[in-house]
Amino acid sequence: MKVAAWFSYTQGRWITSRDLALFALLLLLPWGLKAVGSYTALGTYILVWGLAAMGLNLLIGYAGRVSFGHAAFLGLGAYTAGLMLKHATHDTLLATLAALPVGALAALVLGNLVVRLKGIYFATFTIVFSQLFYFVAFQWNELTGGDDGLRGFARQGLGPPGLHLDLNASEAYYYFVWAVFVLSVLALRWIVTSPLGRSFLALRENPIRARFLGMNVERRLLVAFALSASFTALAGALLAQLINFAQPSMLHWTTSGELVMMAFLGGRWAFYGPLLGAALFRIMEEVLSSRTENWMLFLGILFILAVLFFPRGIAGFLGRRE
Amino acid sequence: MELLLFQLMNGAVVGVFYGLMALGLALILSLTRVINLAHGGFLVLGAYLAYTLLPHLGFWGSLILGAALLALLAAGLERLVIRPLYRRDPLESLLLTFGLALVLEEAVRMIWGPVGVPFPIPQALGSPLFPGTPLFFLSKYRVFIILVGSGLVLLLFLFLSRTRLGLYIRAAAQDNETLSALGTNVWSLYTLSFALGVFLAGLAGVLAAGQLGLSPTMGNSLLMPSFVALIVGGVGSLGGAFLGGILVGMVSGLAGQFAAAASEFSVYLLLALVLLFRPRGLFGQEGFFE
Repeated sequence: MKVAAWFSYTQGRWITSRDLALFALLLLLPWGLKAVGSYTALGTYILVWGLAAMGLNLLIGYAGRVSFGHAAFLGLGAYTAGLMLKHATHDTLLATLAALPVGALAALVLGNLVVRLKGIYFATFTIVFSQLFYFVAFQWNELTGGDDGLRGFARQGLGPPGLHLDLNASEAYYYFVWAVFVLSVLALRWIVTSPLGRSFLALRENPIRARFLGMNVERRLLVAFALSASFTALAGALLAQLINFAQPSMLHWTTSGELVMMAFLGGRWAFYGPLLGAALFRIMEEVLSSRTENWMLFLGILFILAVLFFPRGIAGFLGRRE
Repeated sequence: MELLLFQLMNGAVVGVFYGLMALGLALILSLTRVINLAHGGFLVLGAYLAYTLLPHLGFWGSLILGAALLALLAAGLERLVIRPLYRRDPLESLLLTFGLALVLEEAVRMIWGPVGVPFPIPQALGSPLFPGTPLFFLSKYRVFIILVGSGLVLLLFLFLSRTRLGLYIRAAAQDNETLSALGTNVWSLYTLSFALGVFLAGLAGVLAAGQLGLSPTMGNSLLMPSFVALIVGGVGSLGGAFLGGILVGMVSGLAGQFAAAASEFSVYLLLALVLLFRPRGLFGQEGFFE
């Protein structure tokens, strides 16, 4: 079996043995990381950013629109979870799930402004509008802590008093994130194999034809945008609870760029491509930043080379040529 | 009243920076269909190049030569890494300029250090224009920035409307295939427009350095309002981009008088109002986005 097949589209099936194998592999990731002298939180980072990028890729890879503003949703999710834990609830699950409607709602507002646009204009407008969220996080000191970020909250345990699961240990939190990740992947897979998800492909391939077939292209794109944003927001909530901190840079447009880069690096035409890209990105960052202060320079050069020579990402490179 | 004038003036000065940036972005966009995310990085690099040249060439020499060197570098980069992407997915050129932005910012940090440096302006421009009057805030440098900025834009428009080369550039923006079929080397026009756009960013960088000081991150704060200016002015219109920049600068300057936080939000309010009543932007061509 080809390696790339692991990351490719499934033929309309919801879940395959390959998915189960991948989930099992991810269960073992913390041991693997320790074996090579790394740490558990790196694995959590990979799952969180992988989920964020897979959410984004619903828009890029499936609906064919590049949002350069998804950091807004990542950050919104992070601040939602942080604020919930700080002021409203002592329930990590609730704080995490709250990111879903918040992300979807923000996407419906923002999406309405951009669904008529195509290509670079879609990307440009999403950059500009999403930056508004960054300014809010940066300026609204009383609520968000402004430039210093939001502190003073911590992830809580799970379950009723008798069956309490403590998530303080980084391994315990990894498995919580793993569970959310797996459920999200199942939901994403359900979406992309459903008639709704198939119609996203029509938006990508031929929106004019889709319109003639009676599809309300703008509304369908809005649905894709909202779904995509809620997964990214969910990842943001997980990210905030991983570091017990939320900061404005999570909403900055350069973070949006990193998310797009992850989807691109891994392969945006493959279901698991963005996860692969997120893993590669975080590991590269880890390795480079431990070697040199100027790791951004090398990361940038790697991006440029990747765009020039591997435009279909790792999954595309390993896979068959079309 | 003086305070209001002061804020308007300040806004117009910053607006010139936004306008020059947006004009460069629009020039690049109109031919190559590339949104240059590295524009802020280029601006910073241009300013630092001028900073290095300053002791040897003086203000004027470093202003021109700094921007010119930057344009040369941009032409080389366009030829090397951006040209291969023109016929590919627009996502790729976006990500490429994103990578370029990281490289430029980090390179500046490596060469000149992470801490900001002052950028001395000529003695002759440092004094107020009308000392001792209520208009004391009208420093010569501010007036100079507005004059140079507007002059540059005028020159660019004369170049585009009165010269043979300008005619070719306008033709390429309108229909590059026909122009190519008529035997013109369209690719070199693309390189030229990219270099010209970055040249404007470089000039904006040097002018801004004299006003705002010089730091590796100065491009970041100028980039986003320039995108807003581009959209407010109307994509597809070069003059609109520059005027959009001035407008964005003045609106944010005025709003900043009432609350510091208001200056950023007022920019978005302006954007929302423009898009609500005139979706294509103030001077934009119809149907450009679709």
